[in-house]
Amino acid sequence: MNKTNRPIVLEAKGLTKRFPGVLANDNINLKLHQGEILAFLGENGAGKSTLMNMLYGLYTPTEGEIWIKGEKVEMSNPGDAIDRGVGMVHQHFQLVPVMTVAENVMLGSEITSGGGRLNMRKAIQNVRDLSEQYGLAVDPTAVIEDLPVGTQQRVEIIKALYRHADILILDEPTAVLTPQEANELFRIMNDLTAQNVSIIFITHKLKEVLSVADRIGVLRSGQMVGTAMPEDSTETSLAELMVGRNVILQVEKSPSKPKEPVLQIQNLHVRDDRGHASVEGVDLEVRAGEIVGIAGVEGNGQRELVEALTGLRHADSGKIIIDGREITHFNPRQITELGVAHIPEDREKHGLVMPYTLSDNMVLNKYFKAPYAKGVIMHHDKIDQNGQVLVKEYDVRPPNIHALAQNLSGGNKQKVIVAREFSTPTKLLVAAQPTRGIDVGSIEFIHKQIVAQRDQNVAVLVVSAELDEVLGLADRIAVMFDGRIVKILSAAEATRERVGLLMAGSEA
Amino acid sequence: MTTQTDSKANISQWLMVFWRSAAVPLVAVILALLVGAIILLISGANPLAAYSALAKGAFGTPIAFGRTLEKATPLILGGLAVAFAFKGGLFNIGGQGQLLVGAIVAAAVGFGIDGLPFIIHMPLALLVGSLAGAVYGAIPGALKAYTGAHEVITTIMLNFIAINLTDFMANGPWKDEGIVARTPAIAEAAAIPTWGNIPIGFFFAVVAALATWYLLYRTTIGYEIRTVGFNSNAAKYAGIGVSYTIILTMAISGFLAGMGGAIETLGVVGRYQPGFNAGLGFDGITIALLARTNPIGVIPAALLVGAMQAGSSQMQFDANVPFQIIDVIQALILFFVSADMIVRWIIRVKPEEGEQVTLSTSWG
Repeated sequence: MNKTNRPIVLEAKGLTKRFPGVLANDNINLKLHQGEILAFLGENGAGKSTLMNMLYGLYTPTEGEIWIKGEKVEMSNPGDAIDRGVGMVHQHFQLVPVMTVAENVMLGSEITSGGGRLNMRKAIQNVRDLSEQYGLAVDPTAVIEDLPVGTQQRVEIIKALYRHADILILDEPTAVLTPQEANELFRIMNDLTAQNVSIIFITHKLKEVLSVADRIGVLRSGQMVGTAMPEDSTETSLAELMVGRNVILQVEKSPSKPKEPVLQIQNLHVRDDRGHASVEGVDLEVRAGEIVGIAGVEGNGQRELVEALTGLRHADSGKIIIDGREITHFNPRQITELGVAHIPEDREKHGLVMPYTLSDNMVLNKYFKAPYAKGVIMHHDKIDQNGQVLVKEYDVRPPNIHALAQNLSGGNKQKVIVAREFSTPTKLLVAAQPTRGIDVGSIEFIHKQIVAQRDQNVAVLVVSAELDEVLGLADRIAVMFDGRIVKILSAAEATRERVGLLMAGSEA
Repeated sequence: MTTQTDSKANISQWLMVFWRSAAVPLVAVILALLVGAIILLISGANPLAAYSALAKGAFGTPIAFGRTLEKATPLILGGLAVAFAFKGGLFNIGGQGQLLVGAIVAAAVGFGIDGLPFIIHMPLALLVGSLAGAVYGAIPGALKAYTGAHEVITTIMLNFIAINLTDFMANGPWKDEGIVARTPAIAEAAAIPTWGNIPIGFFFAVVAALATWYLLYRTTIGYEIRTVGFNSNAAKYAGIGVSYTIILTMAISGFLAGMGGAIETLGVVGRYQPGFNAGLGFDGITIALLARTNPIGVIPAALLVGAMQAGSSQMQFDANVPFQIIDVIQALILFFVSADMIVRWIIRVKPEEGEQVTLSTSWG
């Protein structure tokens, strides 16, 4: 819907931010209208966060002006922004896990009743009122750490509304959400705008932008390269604007030529961390030269399945056979040594050692082997050479092997993992959420690499919460629901609708 | 290809790296001495006289210098023990206990065996003492690896056990003749000699520091230990045996502390006597922090603290300043190193990336 005839609540004129040696934002102009959802698209490092941090008072602009509700403002800290009704929900929540929702919401502007005593009853009532007014179902007395991520995010939104924000900045809000939670968030965003809250929404997911935004701004290398209306745009046109070149969103691949089975799973049962049955009798086969995709809503046993396959989790019963050998109770090292590469679901938790350099991270799966080590003595020249080659081959930026992993963007972190895992001879690739939260260019690159592995006769198992990723990559699609594989479809049979229904647990 | 400009660039780069890691401890020491001077002034003493007496007592004569090295030796090893465990993500507060166990076992090997030549007896006593420290350190490691018991708690408990156990041994089964609770003197062949005024044990400690650095940064064992220390999930994913690595880390840490006790016994005290090694293990925490857990940095840090301890009685004698002022300065150094934001704010040095020393990470 076009809302550009409404009053302007926030405007930036010629906003520029220079860091030593970097022009992070270059002469950016934007207008946000009342009750509008303005989406900002851009790859990692395009300057989205810098722009938002200026609007929220975290950075002072080098040049340019910010106008809020018709008034020119100079903000030196977030407090100034909050006073003017600007609220921000960060990608990483700023909540105290052991405190309740109401305690978190009022933190920093507590309601007291004489003598500094907290008035919890009133705080709880306030949270309840806000959640009713804006349709944000949250129990004010629940403890944060017990809540799912989607609900925690709602608490962040309530926190902003509690401080009377009517301009909300949402920084990559869907990066941490399941598709269902994301849809729920979009409903909430629409409810908010219906009550004249204006929203700036940052993302790099094209589909979301098209479905939820009223207007779209695209950033590239610190510049606003275009604005678009969703009704005039397609995913391809937006991706091109964002990346600055033709982007192939469809994964290009030839038909698969499956050969002998490499991975066989028979009646596998695995428990989750709390000891509940999580994988309940999975049978699956992956052949050399094919990609099998596991589709499913997160939390249906995929994580436990992958961890059992890679030796990180003990299987209760059943058999896992790789290349004709039963490996059910092997440890991770033994499994890796059979030629199993693993792109883990959580790259920061499992995949990388953040304070290590890139070259140290790139030998995590082979540091103990020649030529990287002889006996216990490591050979750093060889380790650096390996890093140098991989950084170049996989286009990791910055191409500096002595950079620390923690300083890389999400997409480049993922490239480091992919480079490392593909750098040893592989028979089976287990890729869990291989492109979660990374930019379009990196997604395209990683997808290409996965298909290239398949074409070299590697058996590939891809697990992804992104249905499009599974549909795009897989030659066969296994739908997982409630700990079981409910159906295996060929790529031709698998339509979005059919797989979606199966994922929700209804037979199709 | 190494042109002159290249090597110049290398040197300036190296100096930059050195400055970034050494600036905070250096400035912390200077600040602590300045604040110490103010305290001396307030208490009516002359800080210049006090400090020059301190320096004289630490470095003024060959004998003084030898005493400084002697004091620094167990401090190096105690500091290494803490620094090494820290690289593996563990906070070993049990250096004192491991040191006592190493000291008394070295003494037992020293007095219990007769007739061995020096070339065998001394190294044997040193090795067995250090290994005893390793075993004593491995206990909290195993408790952590298999039951999740936090090493800070268990090592503190094990310190008490070690204190009482060694007291008991020195006053019971291993008691010397006479009324004093102490073990017999070690055989001459077990003693670590001095070279002029210079205690040979000091060189053992320096070699241990270099070996620790090499182990951590040049071997697969060190890579595994550091990986577990930074991210045990990634270590598990990489196929590293996390439980084994935790136990190994604590055992090596205990080995270093035990070696400190053994050298003190074999090179300085000549027997085990309760109370002689009090506090050495705890000073290790100060040293490790001052060295920012860098094994090589432990050497100058221990020399500094050793010099202050060696010079303190001279200071008391010459400048009439109570030697407790040394404890105050030592505490101030620790304060400024820990509160490094103050120092960074004064000298405007950005924190090094990656390996920041935050002991609280160990509390999980």
